[in-house]
Amino acid sequence: MSAQPRMPTESGTPDHFQYLHPVLKRNYGQWAWHERPRPGVLHHVSKTGDQVWTVRAGTQRQMDVYTIRKLCDIADKYADGYMRFTIRSNIEFMVTDENRVKPLIEALTKEGFPIGGTGNSVSMISHTQGWLHCDIPGTDASGVVKSLMDVLHDEYIREEMPNRVKITTSCCQINCGGQGDIAINVQHTKPPKINHDLVANLCERPSVVARCPVAAIRPALVNGKPSLEVDERKCICCGACYPPCPPMQINDPEHSKIAIWVGGKNSNARSKPSLHKLVAAGIPNNPPRWPEAAAVVKKILAVYKQDAHAWERMGEWVERIGWPRFFELTGLPFTKFHVDNWRGARASLNTSAHVRF
Amino acid sequence: MSKKMHATPMLDQLESGPWPSFITGIKRLAKDNDMAVDLLGQLEHSYATRKGYWKGGTASVIGYGGGVIPRFSEVAEKFPESKEFHTIRIMPAPGMHYSSDILRKFCDIWEKHGSGLIALHGQTGDIMLQGCTTEKIQPCFDEFNELGFDMGGAGPSVRTGMSCVGHARCEHSCYDEGRAHREVLNTFIDDIHRPALPYKFKFKFSGCGNDCMNAVQRSDMAVIGTWRDDIQVDQAEVKNFVKAKGREYVIDNVVTRCPTQCLKLKADDTLEIDNRNCVRCMHCINVMTRALSPGKDRGVTILAGGKRTLKIGDLLGTMIVPFMKLETDEDFEKLVTLSRNLMEFWVENGLEHERCGEMIERIGLNNLIEGLGMEVDPNMVRHPRTNPYVRLDGWDDEIERLKQVKAG
Repeated sequence: MSAQPRMPTESGTPDHFQYLHPVLKRNYGQWAWHERPRPGVLHHVSKTGDQVWTVRAGTQRQMDVYTIRKLCDIADKYADGYMRFTIRSNIEFMVTDENRVKPLIEALTKEGFPIGGTGNSVSMISHTQGWLHCDIPGTDASGVVKSLMDVLHDEYIREEMPNRVKITTSCCQINCGGQGDIAINVQHTKPPKINHDLVANLCERPSVVARCPVAAIRPALVNGKPSLEVDERKCICCGACYPPCPPMQINDPEHSKIAIWVGGKNSNARSKPSLHKLVAAGIPNNPPRWPEAAAVVKKILAVYKQDAHAWERMGEWVERIGWPRFFELTGLPFTKFHVDNWRGARASLNTSAHVRF
Repeated sequence: MSKKMHATPMLDQLESGPWPSFITGIKRLAKDNDMAVDLLGQLEHSYATRKGYWKGGTASVIGYGGGVIPRFSEVAEKFPESKEFHTIRIMPAPGMHYSSDILRKFCDIWEKHGSGLIALHGQTGDIMLQGCTTEKIQPCFDEFNELGFDMGGAGPSVRTGMSCVGHARCEHSCYDEGRAHREVLNTFIDDIHRPALPYKFKFKFSGCGNDCMNAVQRSDMAVIGTWRDDIQVDQAEVKNFVKAKGREYVIDNVVTRCPTQCLKLKADDTLEIDNRNCVRCMHCINVMTRALSPGKDRGVTILAGGKRTLKIGDLLGTMIVPFMKLETDEDFEKLVTLSRNLMEFWVENGLEHERCGEMIERIGLNNLIEGLGMEVDPNMVRHPRTNPYVRLDGWDDEIERLKQVKAG
């Protein structure tokens, strides 16, 4: 008789208290204030008088078990065996004695983990799956992020930006990377190439038709087979049809480009949260180092660093100096493609006589 | 295991430079894992041809409908060892805290059953075990499940939640994020594991307006900490700050940066705050961490409808609850009830593949608020309508109804 299959224990989200560093557990909800003694280090003081120093380090996010074990060894030896991760895949170790900060930093540095990502730094780029694992990617997020973080390493380990800089990447126009001060996203420039022999068997045609944001797809008989056709004059090349219908190939080695957006912000600090805006496009998707995309990002960061006031996030800085000045200072061309024509576009037009000269 | 490595001239270039290299890590795995050898081969092929070669399919575990992201290689004849390379999503604890003990157990299990590659963490907040054959999914998940970890969401389901470090290590924290996270998410366990919703639904929990979880844009229901009494001011610490930084610094970086001009630096170097006009943006508290902190009457603001681009463009969530307390068991029950009501309304009214925010855009906020049995509030809008294209023959009745609601 064969064994009964094991049914899952539907335990849901596990209890965090079992994995909290003891000092965090003891002072849960009791913290009073914090400071940053140096880039990559946070010092929190509790109302109970307890203190904790946190050391933050960058990781590659896609980690092999050997790297994770190395981080565990460091935690065991220098940080009481506990650690946590930030939303941007930075790792944090906590110690209760200031004297233990230096050896911890030395151990992490020796193993190649950069210390930083706090305060007004360029933190780790939030990234998506890419060619390594996604079924619809136009590029490889891991490679783009590695290349960019190599170039931006000095800005990660320092806190010299006007305010924090959050960069995101997305391997298609769905924008899984989210909003960023700078977003580096794939932008397709040609309509999908359809393999009509496969559509009938692989695609649920009505849902593909419904998926198109501009109603450019319609059912059609092609070579006697039920398929789909795209009105290429209407098509905005967004790639929304590709996930539900893989025979509608949107990725193209030449025509899937990189676009760069600035001014996204999730925080409510000072200004309300805002969405990022298109500033550059047509940048080649150029593995393994994406030098053209990196050059645009570096240029924008250099101008921001020089021109923004303290505490201005990227979007707030542009809001103050105006978009004409942004394009002038960065040397990026302003084109007809920057003028929005999607729904709600009128809200992005200048309904005033305000001009900076 | 000693499959010969493929030539990877492009990937090799990603091993230099100061940032930790994922390629070096996968190469280390490839020393004893043939799946990693062929993974590198396929990835190099992607780099050379600028195309992805994974396709979806079906894969799961007994008892669940989702949580595994199936990946089959389209170039398996060249790279057979990684022809099945599925991801298993596992939900971490709130705040992504770990002991080395539990992470080592993860590594041991995953090394035995899979590629040895783990993403910490995916954009939704999952532990992503990347690279499992169809056959090994079940034994691998069983071992994680025995450790007290459950599978995350995938497809049209409630997705894994995220919450900030909050109460565990942040003085800005206005509620117990970990508790809210667990109580809400664990209400929807069935909807996490058995995808049957119109589309995905995400919850995120940030302890204050800094919104470190990016909840406003990245979740269908964003729970963001706030307070409704006065900012707590330690005037002695204000004076220390002014002394250390100078009056000009404080005026330029704190006073004039207040979005509603609530701050005044007095001649005696103390700070005066117009709390009635403070919008709880967090800026002054972020700058003067010792002198200022959120008030004592804390709770949450709730927004609905954040999402990324597909299909109508990126949306920020919009306010549906300006303030609610979140301290007692009853408060947490109210939060769970609200999340359930929002979910049920969307399940009832959302079209296939329509996120909550898109539904709100289509039907109008009024219909959502009415459907939730709540009342509209001027906090929910930037400003009232600017056009007269609305039927107002119900005006008198509505005023009368509101009077009665107010009278209780």
